[in-house]
Order: sequence, then C-alpha cells, then structure tokens
Amino acid sequence: MENRIIKDENDRVDGVFKVTGKAKYFAEYELPGLTYGVLVTSTITKGKITTLDTKAAEKAPGVLAVISHLNKPSAPAYEQEGGSPFKIFYTDKIFFNGQPIAIVVANTFERATYAASLVKATYAKEDFNTDFEKAIADSKAKKLQGQPDYKRGVENAYKTAEVKIEAKYHLPIETHNPMELHGIIADWRPNSQVTVYAKTQGVKATQGTIANVFKIPIENIQVNSEFVGGGFGMALRTWPLEIATVMASKHLSKPVKLVITRMQMFTMVGNRPAAVQTIGLGASKDGKLTGITHRAFGETSAYENFTEGVVNMAKFMYQCDNVNTQYTVVPVDLGVPIWMRGPGEATGAFALESAIDEMAHALDMDPLDFRIKNDPERDQQRDKPFSDKNIKEAYKIGAQKIGWNERKNKPGSLVEGQWKTGFGVSIGVFNANRGRASVKGILKADGSLVLQSATSDIGPGTGTGMTLIASKITGIPVGKITFELGDSSLPPAPSQGGSATLSTVGSAVNDVCVSLKSTIAELAANSNMDATSNFVDVLKKNNLPSIEVTKQSSAGKEREEYSMYSFSIHFVKVKVHSLTGVVKVDKIISVGDSGTIVSPKTARSQMVGGAVGGVGMALTEESVIDHRYGRYINNNFADYHVPVNADIPEIEVHFINKPDPYINPMGAKGMGEIALIGFSAAVANAVFNATGKRIRTLPITPDKILASA
Amino acid sequence: MINFQYLRTTSTKSALSLLIKDKNSKFLAGGTNLIDLMKRGVTAPEKLIDINHVPLKQIELVGDKIIIGALASNTAVAENTLVKEKLPLLAMALNAGASAQLRNVATVGGNMMQRTRCGYFYDTEMPCNKRQPGSGCGAIGGFNRMHAIFGTSDKCIAVHPSDMCVALVALDAVAVLASTKGERKVLFQDFHRLAGDTPQLDNNLKADEMIVRLEIPVNNLAKNSNYLKVRDRASYAFALVSVAAALEISNNKISDVRLAMGGVAHKPWRLTASENFLKGKEPSLENFEQAAKLAMTDAKGFGENDFKLQMAPNTIIEALTVAKSKA
Repeated sequence: MENRIIKDENDRVDGVFKVTGKAKYFAEYELPGLTYGVLVTSTITKGKITTLDTKAAEKAPGVLAVISHLNKPSAPAYEQEGGSPFKIFYTDKIFFNGQPIAIVVANTFERATYAASLVKATYAKEDFNTDFEKAIADSKAKKLQGQPDYKRGVENAYKTAEVKIEAKYHLPIETHNPMELHGIIADWRPNSQVTVYAKTQGVKATQGTIANVFKIPIENIQVNSEFVGGGFGMALRTWPLEIATVMASKHLSKPVKLVITRMQMFTMVGNRPAAVQTIGLGASKDGKLTGITHRAFGETSAYENFTEGVVNMAKFMYQCDNVNTQYTVVPVDLGVPIWMRGPGEATGAFALESAIDEMAHALDMDPLDFRIKNDPERDQQRDKPFSDKNIKEAYKIGAQKIGWNERKNKPGSLVEGQWKTGFGVSIGVFNANRGRASVKGILKADGSLVLQSATSDIGPGTGTGMTLIASKITGIPVGKITFELGDSSLPPAPSQGGSATLSTVGSAVNDVCVSLKSTIAELAANSNMDATSNFVDVLKKNNLPSIEVTKQSSAGKEREEYSMYSFSIHFVKVKVHSLTGVVKVDKIISVGDSGTIVSPKTARSQMVGGAVGGVGMALTEESVIDHRYGRYINNNFADYHVPVNADIPEIEVHFINKPDPYINPMGAKGMGEIALIGFSAAVANAVFNATGKRIRTLPITPDKILASA
Repeated sequence: MINFQYLRTTSTKSALSLLIKDKNSKFLAGGTNLIDLMKRGVTAPEKLIDINHVPLKQIELVGDKIIIGALASNTAVAENTLVKEKLPLLAMALNAGASAQLRNVATVGGNMMQRTRCGYFYDTEMPCNKRQPGSGCGAIGGFNRMHAIFGTSDKCIAVHPSDMCVALVALDAVAVLASTKGERKVLFQDFHRLAGDTPQLDNNLKADEMIVRLEIPVNNLAKNSNYLKVRDRASYAFALVSVAAALEISNNKISDVRLAMGGVAHKPWRLTASENFLKGKEPSLENFEQAAKLAMTDAKGFGENDFKLQMAPNTIIEALTVAKSKA
C-alpha cells in the first residue's frame, strides 16, 4: 500500500483507502470481457420445479446464457450422492422461498436484470412451515439434538430452591445486512484455472470449497478478497450463489460477476436463527445460585443443519453446583442460518442475563451485587482455573462510569415527566480462541517489513493489529510495515470468525518477527557488528537485499490447563416514554476484559460496533415472514431496522488491558463477539428497571412496552 | 427494471403536453419512491418526464398565504426561514420524515404522490389490491403492524406514509393542480382518498394534471405547534403513529386547534371531532384526554396493529401536552 498517511501509529492502516474510495471491494474489479449474472429465485416455499421457461430470457438483448438445473455445467461433487440436498442447479427441489433456481448472464447488469424477469417457472407445491414457534409446538415436527445435554449436580435443582424463577425468552430471525451486498466475480479460464474476487471471511475456505465442488486442484484456484464491506458471519461459507457464478463462468468461459439484491440478502446468505429459550434459576434467600437450567430451541433449515453455542454460557459463567442445559434444533422451510456476530452465545446471553436480573429482582438484590456474589473463581464446567479473568474490576469501572449509584432497585423510581429512567447491566463471554496460522515475513534493506498471510479482514482492523504487533517486537515504525491479506496464495490462515484472528495470526506474526530479529542479531554477530545495529545496516553489510522467514504458529498445552475466555460488561442507561412506549438509550458503557489491547483504536471501534449491533438486537432488528407464503415482508433497509445515528448515544469503552499470561505471546484475546454478547439483556434489564416491564421477546419495540402490564 | 424513455422538460406547459401525449408516462421529480417502485416491478412507465428543471421551487409569502412550489425539496422547505417562523408544524413534520439524504432530493409534490410502504404492495408475488385490483389484500390476516385503523376497507388497509402531508392537512393547505385547461384548487383534506373499493387510487389528481404549488394560509398556531412521530427507530422509519398538533391559546382558552394523524389511515387523518371538542375549552390534560378518546371513535385494529388503538390516543395527548407547553 502506497501513500499511506499515518498520523498516529494506532490509526487504521487502511483508513485512508477506505474513506477515499481506494479500497477495492470484490464488485469493483473490472475484468476484460466481464459479464453480469442475475439470479432467478423461487416464488414458492417448498416443492418441485415442473417447468422452467427460459426462451424469452435467452432471446432478450445481450443475454449470453441462462443456467439452471436444465443445462447445469459439470460440477463433479454435485453428481455424487450425499451431502446437502440443496446442490444448486443439480436439483429441481425447492427448499425455501427465494431459493436461486437460475442465473441469467448478459453483457450488462441491466440486461441481465430484465432478462431474469422473463424466466418463468411452474411448480408442484408442497405443504410447508416457516413458522419456528409453530414447529416447536407441533409435536409431530422434527426436532434434533443441537448439542449433547449437559448436567452438573442435580437436574432442575432450581425447582426446589428457596427462591426460584422460570421464564421464557423469544428471539426473532435477524439478518446480518452488512452494507456490502454479497456476490462474487468468477473467472474460469482454460485448463481449469479459476480466479475469483470474493466477499469472504476466509479466502482459503472459499478456495477449498470451489476445489471440492469442481474437483480441481486447489492450486488452480486463486481467491482475492482484500477488502470486505462487513460480514458479521454471513461470509463464513461459500454460498450456492457463488458456486452458481463459478458454474456460469465455466459454462461461458468468460468472467461473470454476481451481486445479489438487498432482498436476496434475506433469503440466501443466512441469518441469526430464531430461538425460544426457557431459563430456570434457583437461589438461596441470601443470594447464592443453587440451580441453573437452560433449555433452548434454535431454528435450522429442513435441508441442512445449523447449530451454535446457545447454552454454553450457563455452564460456567456463574458459581453453581447444579446446572443442566439442553439445546434442540427445529427445522423450518427457510434458508439455512449461519453465525451472526456473537452467534449463539449472544442469543443465550439475552435469556440468561435477563434471567439473572429477574432473580436479583426476586431476591430484592442489586443485580450487580448478585452477579458479584455468584462470580465463579474457577471454571466448574471444565474443572480448570480461568487463565485470566477480571470481571469484578470491570464491574467496578462500568458501574462508576454509568452512575450506577443513581439507580434505584425498585423499578419505575426515576421519573421525569413522561420519561422513566432505568439502568441495566449484563455480562458477555466468549471462548478465547487460538487456531493455527502461517505468516511470512520479508525484511528488506530499504527498511521495510512485509508480512503476508491468507487471512481476511471484514473490518475489525486486522492489518492494523498485525502491524502494531510487528512494530512492537521489531521496533520498525508502523509506516514501514505492510501486512498483506485476502489472497489465497499467501501462507494459510483460518477464516476470520470466532474472534480468533488477532490471537491466531498475531501469534504467527509474533513468531516471524522474533525470528527475523534473531536472524539479524546472528548476522550482526557474524559480521562483527554491534548487537544493537540497525537491520538495514546489517543487511547492507551482508549484501542482502532482504531476508525472509515463514512461521506456523498454534496453541500448545496451555489450553489443556486453563479455561480461556474473553469477557465484557455492558452498562446501559435508558429512558422510556410512558405514553408512547419509545425507548431511548441514553448512555452506554462497555468494559472489555480481553487481555492485552494490541490496537487501541480498532479495539474501541469493535466495542462501539458491537454496542450498536446490540442496540439493534435489543430494540429494532427483526426479519418478518408472512408464514402463509413463506416470504419475508420487511426485506429492505427501510423496513428492517438497523439502528441509525439518532438511536445511539455516546458510547464509552474501557478496557482492563492486562495480558492473559497463557493465551498467546501477546496476551491478547479476541473481542469481536464479546462486544455484542449480552448487550441486549443489558437494555432489557434497563427497560425493566425504568418501567417494571419485563420484555422477554426481542426486539423491544414501543408496542411491546405499551402492551406489557 | 424495464427500459423506458427519459424526457426532460423545463416548463409546466411542456410538461403537461408531454404528459397527455402518452398514458404510460410519469413525472420524475426526486424519484426517491418512483425508482424503487420501478426496480421492484410494481410500476413500469414507458416514459419518464423529468420535471426537475421546471421552475417550481419558490417558497414565498404572498398576502396571507405561504406559497410553496411543488418542486421545492423537503430540505429547502424544512430549512426555510419563513416556514420555520410561520409554519413550524410543517418544518417539524418534514424533518421527521425519511433521512437527510432523501429529504435533500425529495420534493413537495413527490411527497404527496408517494405510494404506501405496505410490504405486500412492493412484492409482486403477493396479493395486493392496490397494485393489482382483485388480487386480494395480503395485509388483512397478514403482517399489518404498520397498517391503518381508520377508514379502512375490506380491500385495503394500507396507510399513506407521509409526515409532511399530515402537517399540511392540519394547516388547511390548498393544492393547486394544473392541466392544459388551466388550474384548479383542492383542499388538502380532499387531495388523498380513502381506499374504499378503489385502493389503486391514492388521490384525486387526474391523469392529465400536475401538482404545481401549495397555498398555506398563515395562522396564529406557530407558537404552540408540535409534530410527534412514534416509530421503531429515531430516524428513517415510517410512523407507527404520528400526530400534528397546533394550538392557539388566548386567556387560557383554546381559540384555534388543529389535529391530524399519520400512520393510521389511507390518507392523512384530520381529527375534526376532537378539534371541535377542544375549541373554546381550557387546554387541560382532562380535555386533551377527552379529545383523544373522541378521536378513536370508529378506530378498528387488524390484529398486529391493535396496539395503535392505545398508542394513538396516548400520542394525541402527548402531542397536545408538548404543544401547549411550548413558550
């Protein structure tokens, strides 16, 4: 990257590129002879295609091909038995409304769009159900174990506790809706050489999927994805629409670009699955938890299973000898869900952290005191010590900053005209991961350092974090360090998900830098130079234009000895209008306890983004389906409400910023997920404190406030 | 989107003559709604007549009326000194609508002509009597959280989405409509229609007519005006319920009052009975509550929008209370 303007060493390394339009996203690549694909989608929810009339579309101006199950290009993996039954263009079955059934390719986007409207399908319809709550209630509906049942101590101990609560919580489908639409550019060349420009959270994963479907050598496939305009989890898999585009390019021997519509973003690239959860809590009168039961139903599709960690947190987050959990997935006739930021843990935390607040209220305790009283010293689930946990300190910082002392334990106590004020708190927790990654470092005699890894950056500031790690070790100024990513030919790294990139790839960057440093020291010693000599002088003295090293790094035995988690505490102050039911978030304090903060600015941004997403989850986001038709109703940005600036107060972010002694060389743990996990419960708890109304169904819209007794 | 012809004109006269030449033509002003409708396949005009260069952007005081050209942008009107001073209700309503970006291009005439945001209207795979008469109403028995509680028909329960129009109906605005035969004036109240048996018709503009300007009488309501919009997020969301309230108070008596609601009917909903009740009475909470109760006579929910039966009177009370409290 050239022309980098670094004003502050903590600035985002690609910030100027992003705000000046120089950052190139997948859809912006102009290839010679580029053609444009547009998807035709099913208008029924379940059944079979009986006829597909493509004649008019094929005759339309500029149309190069209409590809469907009628003329599918070869995709060897789809010709085999097994796997998901939804093999695009290799099935005439319809699994969900809005399923892609054909791709029209033309020489302009507009022509392809028009021609796609001319493709006519007829169907043999079958009965369907898209209503998740109905599927749960239906005793005949299929239900599958999502995770093995968990039990510690006595099952359902809460039922016999001195004080008990039991409550049911509902979460609707949420849709990721990053600003950037999904899609891909595929360029299939002779000899099966394939180049794609993708929107992906994992260039190696995309490469592997294409290789697998088309049975071509992995080296034949080049995946480029330098910039991604937001993913939130939806770009963690290579979707059928991407395979369809590769097929189209293969068929035409031309590069094909597909960018789906905002409406299509609701049906074919996953969603946060709906959930219904029941929590039972038991406690002694003096406020010690004696039983936790967490049962969850999660939405999945009828053609592929999706599971996530909805009930994880209940197993270890509070000191309690009797815990049991159950997680069941229930299929509906919708597109398969996928992880959405915070994933299942965010879903689970809404229920658990609301229930903890309900219990504190039942005990007439300050919910903060109740949490502190039940804070675990040790991970009871894994029977291991935590590697690093500073929750009590985080509670203290957050409470002071939000003004917790103004809070009254009795709901509805703070009233000013029609506005009622309330305070809420919750905790978020996510496994502090570390995977395996390789990084190559090239130290050059011009004083620069280039680092390379096939990781991705969906926006958290991967390059910035890696550059700061390298600068700290080598002493090279950040302006002289370049971190290259989003290219499948670089040394392998896992997909960007599960808050693991900084820990995983950062560790390899650390190892590369340490190695380069020792090589320079050796070279210096061998050439009788001072051990503190500048590496440029050392390289020059040795007539070396550059030296390079590649290191693979992964976790060791420490993970067997310690339980490793990142934590966040969210404090929220809300105002609720008694007459209109409007909830205004007045103040947000998020405290991150995730080890060393490597990159303070981008870390803060992560927490801010998580809080905004959390406000959306709590107050505004819901994907609405008309179950009579199985079609989404609010599938656009006007009607699917992500928070706008006017919904968000100033967000204060604080970090404990103490190194985790065991996780990795930096002592840094991931924080993308914890920024969101638990947040919605803090809002719901604040609404309760303001009004005495306990809203257990998200989002908390004005009508729910008015309806609640 | 289907191909169309794009024409540009610079005068009302030529715009009108182009319009009558072809039944399948439409005016293009800000395009913030029309283009979406074309992209979704809801409408497919063969000709788009771009009228953005027709000089209809004036905002001026003429006698005791404020004249606003049909092509003045929502932002230009909302930020106009004259409007802010004399018709703050209109400025408040405009600022409550859409987003800053949309208001910058959206026009007064376009705002009046915008179609409902009912999801069934936009999805050509769903039934909708407004889009396709006779196909049924998806919202009845479906997702109708945003839908009407007043003046509904068994054919359509969609709401008019505008905020601006709610203020205009309260302000007794007059719409001036031009055709090749001349001009006619329509009370704002009579511009939009109820769905009845013809939900495909949103208003009474004739096929050969063009909205050219608004005439809004100056009043004594400026001080105690308030537009309150209740919505799912603080900006860029359509009203669950909105209330335009304006009071003229002298000697602790209401000498003039205007009340209208948005998000509750197929047209901006003037609360005449409530106004008549309040006239001459004290601006007290009890009277506001009574006026709100009166407003709800004949209100009817459709399931998911039942909450409006409570939210609407609450919002009337709050809007009046805040209007009164303005000093």
